[in-house]
Amino acid sequence: MYEFNYHQPTSLDEVARLLGANEEAKIVAGGMTLVPTLKFRLAKPSDLVDLVGISSLRGITDAGDALVIGAMTRHAEVERSPLVKQGIPALAALAHVIGDPAVRNRGTIGGSISNNDPAADYPAAVVGLGGTVQTTRREIAADNFFTGMFETALDRTEIVTAVRLPKPQAACYMKFKNPASRYAIVGVFVARTGGGVRVAVTGAGPCVFRVPEMEAALARSFTPDAIKDIAIPQDGLNSDIHASAEYRAHLVGVMARRAVAGCG
Amino acid sequence: MATIGTPVRRREDFRFLTGGGTYTDDINRPGQLYAYILRSQHAHARIGGIDTAPAQRSSGVVAVYTGQDMTADGVGGLPCGWQIHSKDGSPMAEPPHPVLAVDRVRYVGDPVAVVIADTLALARDAAELVNVNYAEEPAAIDPVAALQPGAPQVNSEASGNLCYDWQLGDLAAVESAFAKATRIVRLDLANNRLVPNAMEPRAAIGEFNRATGEYTLYTTSQNPHVIRLLMGAFVLHIPEARLRVVAPDVGGGFGSKIYHYPEEAIVTWAAGKVHRPVKWTAERSESFISDAHGRDHVTHVELALDAQGKFLALKVSTVANLGAYLSTFAPAIPTYLYGTLLAGTYTTPAIYCETKAVFTNTVPIDAYRGAGRPEATFVLERIVDLAADEIGMDPAELRRRNFIPKDAYPYQTPVALQYDSGDYAATLELALKAADYQGFESRRREAMGRGKLRGIGIATYIEACGIAPSAVVGSLGARAGLYESAEVRVHPTGSVSVLTGTHSHGQGHETTFSQLVADTFGIPIDNVEIVHGDTDKIPYGMGTYGSRSIAVGGTAIVKAMDKVIAKGRKIAAHLLEAAEADVEFKDGKFTVAGTDRSRTLGEVALTAYVPHNYPIDELEPGLDETAFYDPKNFTFPSGAYIAEVEIDLETGQVAVVNFTASDDFGRIINPLIVAGQVHGGLAQGIGQALLEGCVYDKASGQLLTGSYNDYAMPRADDLPTFALSTNTTLCTHNPLGVKGCGEAGAIGAPAAITNALVDALKPLGVRHLDMPATSEKLWRTIQQHRAPIAAE
Ligand SMILES: Cc1cc2nc3c(=O)[nH]c(=O)nc-3n(C[C@H](O)[C@H](O)[C@H](O)COP(=O)(O)OP(=O)(O)OC[C@H]3O[C@@H](n4cnc5c(N)ncnc54)[C@H](O)[C@@H]3O)c2cc1C
Repeated sequence: MYEFNYHQPTSLDEVARLLGANEEAKIVAGGMTLVPTLKFRLAKPSDLVDLVGISSLRGITDAGDALVIGAMTRHAEVERSPLVKQGIPALAALAHVIGDPAVRNRGTIGGSISNNDPAADYPAAVVGLGGTVQTTRREIAADNFFTGMFETALDRTEIVTAVRLPKPQAACYMKFKNPASRYAIVGVFVARTGGGVRVAVTGAGPCVFRVPEMEAALARSFTPDAIKDIAIPQDGLNSDIHASAEYRAHLVGVMARRAVAGCG
Repeated sequence: MATIGTPVRRREDFRFLTGGGTYTDDINRPGQLYAYILRSQHAHARIGGIDTAPAQRSSGVVAVYTGQDMTADGVGGLPCGWQIHSKDGSPMAEPPHPVLAVDRVRYVGDPVAVVIADTLALARDAAELVNVNYAEEPAAIDPVAALQPGAPQVNSEASGNLCYDWQLGDLAAVESAFAKATRIVRLDLANNRLVPNAMEPRAAIGEFNRATGEYTLYTTSQNPHVIRLLMGAFVLHIPEARLRVVAPDVGGGFGSKIYHYPEEAIVTWAAGKVHRPVKWTAERSESFISDAHGRDHVTHVELALDAQGKFLALKVSTVANLGAYLSTFAPAIPTYLYGTLLAGTYTTPAIYCETKAVFTNTVPIDAYRGAGRPEATFVLERIVDLAADEIGMDPAELRRRNFIPKDAYPYQTPVALQYDSGDYAATLELALKAADYQGFESRRREAMGRGKLRGIGIATYIEACGIAPSAVVGSLGARAGLYESAEVRVHPTGSVSVLTGTHSHGQGHETTFSQLVADTFGIPIDNVEIVHGDTDKIPYGMGTYGSRSIAVGGTAIVKAMDKVIAKGRKIAAHLLEAAEADVEFKDGKFTVAGTDRSRTLGEVALTAYVPHNYPIDELEPGLDETAFYDPKNFTFPSGAYIAEVEIDLETGQVAVVNFTASDDFGRIINPLIVAGQVHGGLAQGIGQALLEGCVYDKASGQLLTGSYNDYAMPRADDLPTFALSTNTTLCTHNPLGVKGCGEAGAIGAPAAITNALVDALKPLGVRHLDMPATSEKLWRTIQQHRAPIAAE
């Protein structure tokens, strides 16, 4: 780690001021991604602005047809929340397979989606459910939020405050874990909603993506068989020592079918 | 009350589990400075020059040293503890191993300079200012390619990168047996490279006392006396009497903490220069590129059989990777700890093994849990399974036909070892029954209905443990003796301290050794203290590795206790006014035979230290005895493991659904600790088979699996509940009848798992799979072999 100044503001205004005043300042939420980056000396922020003191960013509320999850809500809270278990059980199940208990007790949904790791789990749910990301400035539809590998639509000083996730009729997340890191080699989130079927894939590509062909087929017939002949092109998919692009393309099909079956 | 054979809970665990342990990094010395070691980021480069001036000027920096500085000060290279001779009688190539690289770096991680500063952060800041002028050169990474003509040369002292070309066994006998064979089975296989990953990273603190001229090194070592000898005599030229090495609580070793590492010499030497203590603690990423790695063999094996399936001869040819330099015991691992084990549990009358050991631009490789024996077991148990498949015989039956019968001991193998005891057939039957081997086919069919290919695999193993005798290992090239020492100090009121030359870094010696003492002396375990890990306290001993602690170290304790009792009888005879011959020792009391006249051990001890009424003309005061024990032979634990796996047809993902381990460890002192050792070994063995694979980029020599993001360690949910059992035959040449259990799981499991996977894939016509059997590897294998079946 390099030296930095640490701040623990208690209001979003103060956060904005600190970020505005220091060009090299960075937000820290759970620190599960940022702190290792600092330890490896891969980042050299002048200031760390911790969101932990801002109580309005934490908590899960039931908005009738949707759940609103504050940015600083820990994975463990989502995993155990009765509201989530009842409203979007697939989301509680997804939170349960993020990392390990220590990571789940620290990591936050806001941090996860702002970081937009290509192998992270939450992006699949946020896109798969057709959610909306609320920030200090605006509301951004999930489809427009995740823009590329570790990239989002956020400005440097813009902060995610909450995520609004519509309750689906049925949903399921299937994750094929990297045996080392336990992040997703491939994760597929399938949701059936009033507005149709959404299929969101994480891990396989540089950024979460939808599979329109599968969505259309599933809208006609919501069965694993309906998508069994849909091949995912391997062009542009990730390839590393754990899984080639070809294998990932294959796994998207398998996980998607299992997710459909899992919707019951 | 006897404690031997009962599951006494580990006495040390309270300390470890409540954060009360004292590990090297927990120690902080007054005035301590911090060392950061700058390491090569290139696999192979010439060093044009190192500019340390900007770093020297950086805030908080006390000193910056390079290899030049150490060489100029007369610091020697790191020594190798074992010399191997090639087929032609020539000694192995032994290139110098500088503590800090001097003119060339030879692997990613090779130490180049050390920055010493007030804090670690300041040392790291300054290290970024050290300017090393590297001229990159092509690197030799793959061990087989490194032997090809024209391959980049790692060390100029080892022409063609060959360290030695060694052989063992009677080639002529093997050739003539092959000529007569009904069937010859051949296989090419690899044993994957592993990163040891002890939970505690290595650490070292060097300290120099200007008043006394004494150096102290605190280090994460499995054998502090060995480090004192190697570093004192060969590297820093400090006489033993002025060098103390302390290895306090150590959080796992698995072999990786046997060796004398550069960092130990660096902090000790630097402490003498800056006159302040210097601490270094590895970061996890640093451990990946600086702890000696394990295994990495490429092997061709051939087995000759007769018409009845009897093994006639075995021929093995191996290329073993040594990495860039010779680590302390590296040359012994792919030779005398490998070739000698190739008889396994079988009567194969003729065996020949040759090993070419090769330098590459990678981290040095040395012993890792099992050390040579997992490699031998993998070769042997794979070829036996393949033979069973090729001749259409049940693999259990083929093994039964070839086992060394239980009445054949002592059994001389054709590869130097003489086994003292065992009963392999009975151990296998025990495992087969526990695993319901008979009922397997119905489980295979049931799994198929769920889209799973299910397989069952057997592996038997033998290991040579309790490494010794000194005369034998000396003739094989060891440059040290391999006995063990113990001092048993009975205190004036009868409590006991045992000072042992072995070292506990997870094995539970404080419990097991205490049980020995408590039972022998008839005193409560709480009255026994086990002391280890400090050269100022313990007698010269060789440490812990090769599952030797109970067999060699435990026996030394028994011998020292025998001396205590012999002296105690003399003292008791005097006190009881009886003839010494009439005094017997039992249940903690010296008794005149046939009477109720007795003295307790405590009373006798008090007399020994307060010798008012004492046979002072014949006997020295005190009750404190030391013994050194040099065994007559190795011990030979053995076992039969059965793995049952399921492979997901769609994804290739493997689940280990059952694992049965039946072992013969000789007498078991503490079954709870033994079970723990087996569990850990199995986890590592299953890890090797399914998950752990150390991968270098073949061109750049960068370590691709340099963190837990990419190096897959086995976790609890990768493992089934193990079914353990033991079938005991006693070791015949040590008084306890013990054999050792520390490495067994890691030795037997890789072959059992791989055999089970190949069995699962047998319907597809698969003959072999290399480790680690990752999901993608299995998925591809299924894809490739499925096509022809579908076409039929
Ligand atoms: C061992 C381990 C295993 C893991 N396994 C998984 C896994 O299986 N699946 C998975 O999805 N993730 C996994 N993670 C990542 C984990 O979920 C992290 O918590 C998450 O990626 C980041 O969340 P955080 O709250 O820790 O963010 P931080 O690390 O604090 O921040 C991450 C980034 O987001 C920015 N940021 C944080 N909050 C906000 C905000 N509200 N608005 C704008 N920017 C913000 C920060 O500036 C920083 O750049 C793992 C992490 C570890 C250490």
